Amino acid sequence: MPYLGGEQTVRELRRALSNPNVQTDHLRYRNTIHRVIRLNPELSLLVINTLRKDCSDHNPMVRSLALRNMCNLRLPGLLQYVQQPLTVGLKDKAACVRRVAVLGWAKIHTLQPNTEMDVAVVNELYGMLRDPDPVVMVNCLRALEEILQEEGGVAINKPIAHHLLNRLKLCDVWGQSEVLAVLQRYRPRSEDELFDILSLLDHALLSHHAPVMAATLRLFLSLCSTLPAVCMSALERARGPLLAAAGSASRELRYAALCHIQLLLRSEPGLMGEHYKRFFCGYAEPPYIKQNKMQVLVELVNDENVAMVLDELRGYCTDVNTETSQTAINAIGGIGRSYSDRCLAILTGLLGLKQEHITSAVLQTLRDLVWVCPQCGDAVCSALEGWDDKLQDSQVVILAVAARCLRRQNLLRHRTQMGRGLAYCIEEEVDMCVRDQALLYYRLLHCGIEEVRRVLQGGRRSDPSLGPLIGRPPEPISQWASSFNTLEPLTLRASTVGNSDPATPNPLTPNPEPMTSTPGDPHLPDCSSGALSLSVSPALSPEEFERLWLQLEKGACLEVCVACPVPRCSPESLQVALRLVNIQTLAFTPPNTHPWRVDHQGDLAVGHQLGNPVIEQAEAVRQTSSLNSD
Amino acid sequence: MISQLFILSSKGDHLIYKDFRCEAGSDAVNKFYEMVTALTGDQPPVVMKHKELHFVHIKQGGLYWVATTKADASPFTIIEFLNRLTALVKDYCGCLSEKSVRMNFALIYELLDEVVDFGYIQTTSTDILKNFIQTEAVSSKPFSLFDLSNVGLFGADTQQNKVAPSAAATRPIMSSQGEQGGKNEIFVDVIERMSVVIGANGVLMKADIEGEIRVKCYMPSCSEMRIGLNEEFSIGKSQLSGYGAAVHVDECSFHQAVRLDEFDTYRILKVCPSQGEQTVMQYQLCDDLPTAPPFRLFPSIERDSGGRLLMYLKLRCDLPPKSAAINVSITIPVPKGSLRLSQELSSPDQSAELQPKNKAVHWEIPRFPGGAQLSALFKLEVPGLSAASLQEVGPVSLSFELPKYTCTGLQIRFLRLSPIQPGPSQRWVRYVTHSDSYTIRI
Repeated sequence: MPYLGGEQTVRELRRALSNPNVQTDHLRYRNTIHRVIRLNPELSLLVINTLRKDCSDHNPMVRSLALRNMCNLRLPGLLQYVQQPLTVGLKDKAACVRRVAVLGWAKIHTLQPNTEMDVAVVNELYGMLRDPDPVVMVNCLRALEEILQEEGGVAINKPIAHHLLNRLKLCDVWGQSEVLAVLQRYRPRSEDELFDILSLLDHALLSHHAPVMAATLRLFLSLCSTLPAVCMSALERARGPLLAAAGSASRELRYAALCHIQLLLRSEPGLMGEHYKRFFCGYAEPPYIKQNKMQVLVELVNDENVAMVLDELRGYCTDVNTETSQTAINAIGGIGRSYSDRCLAILTGLLGLKQEHITSAVLQTLRDLVWVCPQCGDAVCSALEGWDDKLQDSQVVILAVAARCLRRQNLLRHRTQMGRGLAYCIEEEVDMCVRDQALLYYRLLHCGIEEVRRVLQGGRRSDPSLGPLIGRPPEPISQWASSFNTLEPLTLRASTVGNSDPATPNPLTPNPEPMTSTPGDPHLPDCSSGALSLSVSPALSPEEFERLWLQLEKGACLEVCVACPVPRCSPESLQVALRLVNIQTLAFTPPNTHPWRVDHQGDLAVGHQLGNPVIEQAEAVRQTSSLNSD
Repeated sequence: MISQLFILSSKGDHLIYKDFRCEAGSDAVNKFYEMVTALTGDQPPVVMKHKELHFVHIKQGGLYWVATTKADASPFTIIEFLNRLTALVKDYCGCLSEKSVRMNFALIYELLDEVVDFGYIQTTSTDILKNFIQTEAVSSKPFSLFDLSNVGLFGADTQQNKVAPSAAATRPIMSSQGEQGGKNEIFVDVIERMSVVIGANGVLMKADIEGEIRVKCYMPSCSEMRIGLNEEFSIGKSQLSGYGAAVHVDECSFHQAVRLDEFDTYRILKVCPSQGEQTVMQYQLCDDLPTAPPFRLFPSIERDSGGRLLMYLKLRCDLPPKSAAINVSITIPVPKGSLRLSQELSSPDQSAELQPKNKAVHWEIPRFPGGAQLSALFKLEVPGLSAASLQEVGPVSLSFELPKYTCTGLQIRFLRLSPIQPGPSQRWVRYVTHSDSYTIRI
């Protein structure tokens, strides 16, 4: 910026202001005014007079410029000069002047917030919502929002709402998202009206402009807060555009989309399942995007893609950026809660790299894994063979104690050594968290090995994949709907995703599925007793089962309803949860697949366990079919 | 709503500062720079908060473009707006750089005045803005020998006359009848970005293409343009036809100004381009490349008896023989602590170097013709090399540019302006494929 102080400039400006030729030159004129105000408030009267004169210029561009500059002055006592041109400006025949005039009233209001706003002006502004120019309409909304802030913003009644909805297509992207935001306050009177509005907005959900899509989805979520099924189908409709935004050329937009996808996944974990490849990291992406993508990937793992996802995550573990590699290792640990064998193989393989930051991240992950999934104890213990010399590291000590206690092997030989190690940790460790854990194990060890085992195995702790069975339900949409399309998801690191708190034990009963069944299929054992039992050896081979199933006539099937604590879990997550408690399914049908046809009611049970019990996915099927019929 | 907007250079110089609502002090700029430089890399830097003020920023052209807001605004709107603003500045100033922003500060202030009023976005369309923006861009163009390459011997037409000079599309949209100005040019670019993951066994694990058709128009008024795409262009999985040569994309979206009445039958897009750059069509293709991926790697990695790491890499380019990849740069992660690199490359124009900070070997190939195969032998001295260290080698990532080539096969059949423009007008069609992320696992 050039230097603007000094006598000479002021003189020059004074000359310029009184020169009629300068006033036709927009840029210099504009700069002149700004300089004058900044330098010398005494000159402002001169400026205001010039501007007032220009407000009645024949050229609309000059009028709008003058009006805008006058409103931007932010001088006390401006109101008396500017009121008249603003009132005239509202009725100007050029749209660009009206745009400026409407916002001008908002500026005046913020300049003097205590002065009572003229009712006539407010009414005029309400009337101008019907202005033919879409920007004027949107500006009216904005101005009314500011002026009526204390009364809760602009009042949206039925005619206004419908007028705005019908004019929506005329606005540009920015206007549309603003109007959609204002419309959130409107509550339709009847269900019919609601659905009319929804169908009017439906196409906007697919908009490839991210702002419009996000604003529409937010509006959908707020309008249908009592209709979860509609919300779900809206989420599914918006999935495509959201994924497109997550792959857009602009990194910042990618990040915003990823943060919002994480929100969505909190309620609908199965939403992005088949699109997991979209969340593979590009090598040139900044670390914060990579880390977000990994958090999403952990959520998307299922039987079919687990190998691919782990393969991909394995590649990130040796990333140059240490934080990225740590996140990758943690992500593998997160997946390890449901697929422990594969993940343990990768994690122990990483120990071989003998790089400090990797080793420490791996040890930390293993420690958490042993705490959450005691069945990993064995594998961890064998991976730690030959680490005796490293017993200086607190992480190793804690891990070794936990693993060996679980294995119940060579305990006598190691007991004193472990105790000494723990005592060393308690003395030396600076990290409070680790020290506390060492202290816990030390005290437990005092009570005896069996006690440690009992505590460690006492209860399987909360586990995201067990959610469908042990009832950590996905959050209802209303939990996060209010923060959708706000800055909040971007400022908060979504740290809750994928990390359950290992400190809160959530014991799992051995047979948690209360199942009810209706008898009906002659080919299958009678289960009218209500509770289904598991069989160790399958009564049918999968091929036989399929043959029998296909022979079944329509309607002659067994329908079992599982009272699942989570109302809307996807069949995939149910299956993952069952695997965790070592229940294998004999047959499994993804939704919308032939030949497992769904009857017209959509209440068909199609999943089968090893022999017995029968797990159904009626719930899931009903979901999909009701969405299809919507 | 936006409270302030400012542009900072990467060193923290204030280039542009505009306060729309006087809600926050101007010290916010310094505060922002402090915060952004204090980031450790783990924190997501797009949105930051200081007291009541949210900073949303994007980084483009080496500059920070920052908007601050006090209200709870939509992040998508602000980020998209900042992106649009950079595009506008690029259109009006020719290119995005610290220098061009510095030289055109007056023009940018003028733009901001028209685009945002009282923190509310008014319009970003060049059609409307062109009535208001009076300042002309100052463009700095150092003398360059390349400009002379278009002039043939004794003024004869060279082959290059038929090719648009690379700098042609980086001039401001508004320039008076000066040297280059007034030239009625229109550029239609088909740009594709591919992200590919190839597994260790050579299987294609992921292949996504995101493409767009971008129109950059320098004509002051252009009534209608018809863009004809391949006739056998199909969208979505359901429309797959039996023809082998069909060009297929999964999803496709259009700019709202595009009229599609002839699209279903003739695959013609009709658009009235406004001045400046705009994306007319965007499309995506997932997991289904019509041709083989452009590069394939055959690595062999071993330890030799002297404890050195031997990497023998054969890289094959599977493009059609007429095409070529340029600016190919290959990054091979190597074990930590690698000390020295000795290399044998198959041709002298290639180069390779070890970057210990990034634990990687960079191998650069300026031009790589289709069908060719290049090889390189790297010998690395790594103290304490163990069998496990070999795991640290890979995945290899490539970045490259494929000029005059689209992976989907999308072509522009014709480009017609109606009515025919008076005076000389030039239409250029350009194709390019960029690697967004091209990874080959070892």
